[in-house]
Amino acid sequence: MKEKQDGYLKKYFQLRKHNAQVAWKKMKVSKNCYIFLAPYAILFTMFFVFPVVASIYFSFTYYNILEPPRFIGLNNYISLLLEDDIFLIGIKNTLIIAVVTGPLGYIMSFLFAWLINELPRWVRSVAVVVFYAPSIAGNCYVIFSVFFRGDAYGWVNSMLMNLGIIDNPILWFTNPKYMLPVCMLVILWMSLGTGFLSFVAGLQGVDRSMYEAGYMDGIKNRWQELWFITLPSMKPMLMFGAVMTITQSFNVCDVTMQLCGYPSTDYAARTIVTHLFDYGFSRFEMGYACAIATILFLMMLIVNNAIQSLLRRVGT
Amino acid sequence: MSKKRKKELEEKPYHKPLVKRRKPNRSIAGDIALYFFLVLVALIMVFPIVYAVSSALKPLDELFMFPPRIFPRNPTINNFTDLFVTLGKSWVTFSRYLFNTVFMTAVGTAGHLIIASMGAFVLAKYDFPGGKAFFKIVTLAMMFTGYVTAIPNYMIINKLGWIDTYWAIIIPAFASPMGLFLMKQFMEGLPTSLIEAAKIDGANEWKVFFQIVMPNVKPAWMTLIIFSVQGLWNNRASTFIYSEEKKTLVFALGQISLGGIARTGQAAAVLVVVMIVPIIIFIFSESQILETMASSGLKD
Repeated sequence: MKEKQDGYLKKYFQLRKHNAQVAWKKMKVSKNCYIFLAPYAILFTMFFVFPVVASIYFSFTYYNILEPPRFIGLNNYISLLLEDDIFLIGIKNTLIIAVVTGPLGYIMSFLFAWLINELPRWVRSVAVVVFYAPSIAGNCYVIFSVFFRGDAYGWVNSMLMNLGIIDNPILWFTNPKYMLPVCMLVILWMSLGTGFLSFVAGLQGVDRSMYEAGYMDGIKNRWQELWFITLPSMKPMLMFGAVMTITQSFNVCDVTMQLCGYPSTDYAARTIVTHLFDYGFSRFEMGYACAIATILFLMMLIVNNAIQSLLRRVGT
Repeated sequence: MSKKRKKELEEKPYHKPLVKRRKPNRSIAGDIALYFFLVLVALIMVFPIVYAVSSALKPLDELFMFPPRIFPRNPTINNFTDLFVTLGKSWVTFSRYLFNTVFMTAVGTAGHLIIASMGAFVLAKYDFPGGKAFFKIVTLAMMFTGYVTAIPNYMIINKLGWIDTYWAIIIPAFASPMGLFLMKQFMEGLPTSLIEAAKIDGANEWKVFFQIVMPNVKPAWMTLIIFSVQGLWNNRASTFIYSEEKKTLVFALGQISLGGIARTGQAAAVLVVVMIVPIIIFIFSESQILETMASSGLKD
């Protein structure tokens, strides 16, 4: 028995060694590939991979830039999750925003891409510009603070007062009750982003003959066509769009910070990233801020995996 | 057939049908309802942007008029000229801010284009150990926005001594994962035979890359450029750059719009200046971008 096991082990290591040798030879042959990839790989590791690793490391330390980092184990996480009420508000708000604007924005992106797909060519290109413009217009969204101004001269307030729905102007960005809904409205306005472009392009690439085969097989209306033909052939774009949407909806902070102020009343518009900003760049508690970043990163990874496996089932 | 009709047919043997053949499974009522819906949504989408542009064109008295008007009665470009005056009076001139932003945007985008394309080329066309794993990490990295990595990034740039230089903004922009991803996906569509033919003719990898591959992926260039420009143009860079003469245009403009009620008109002009550049680039390169995005799908 013992001998047999040893034999297996030996065989295993032999195989390993062989594989390594093959890989080494392959690497030597494709030396040029590494030379081509090197500049990007080095910079990418430096500015994207290493920061994530460093961030995880610092999240276990107390670090305020002036003193060297001091290892404190899980303390950062413990105080984040158990003692920091404001962080819990942040998590709650981020989740609310992500759950509402994420799926809605994603569906909107696909819906509009799909609807404009059948328009004549030039109308379609105008429509793409119109729908995509809000997300590349920089911080044009601050114009919403004019529409939702807190006094009776704001557009929305005056309209609602004229209609007799409200008597007093609503302080949209100061009253905790209204902050999040208005921000979500603004985020939705900007949600037709990169994913939308990918959908528009993907829809153009769906094989026409598939549709014709579909008519023969008795596809009755556009909804059936959508579910049985269009969606399954768009799967790769749907995945890409999902990644983009998740990124966007979990990293909300610019909109809430610009519109509701920083800090906002009762921290009602605080998101995870706002909290990270607060600790990282106002209080310089880098270790703590890194713990926040790590939690955010983990949340995005989990959601991303869940969504991807959900999307694999589309159209089946 | 009448003589006239016959003559017409001889002159134009093929004429386009006025109404395109409709798909057989569509109802007219549905089409009309959809068009109506689309127009409505499109109006909602453009309204804030149109309003931003029109408030930039309003004279001061109209800006505070109530009820507000969507279009200015006497449009003026005073807000824009005032912007120049205000910036002209600051001790760093407007042209310097503009230069900073344009310089960072141009260098960052050019470097990103070259470096990301080189990486994308080998990832798309060669099979080498580690290539697939590396690409997986890149796709994962598309999920990090600047915020998650902001703090360690600051430390790294500090260690490199790049704080308060242009490089703090430019070099990280080289490695943006989005560009590499889109480029690689697009390059996979290039026929491998093209590269092999060039190799048989005696071209080495560099020649293949610069003379065969790059000219053939021009649509993807435009896409990389717009994503990179969009990021760099809107970069406030306030965490990395402290000296006034190196600050970006967006930062300077932001300072102006903080100037209170009297600067309302200028603030509106600022919004327009900042948003107009990415939108114009997008309008001119739309078809190329869409061509690139067609290959953007994530396969498992």
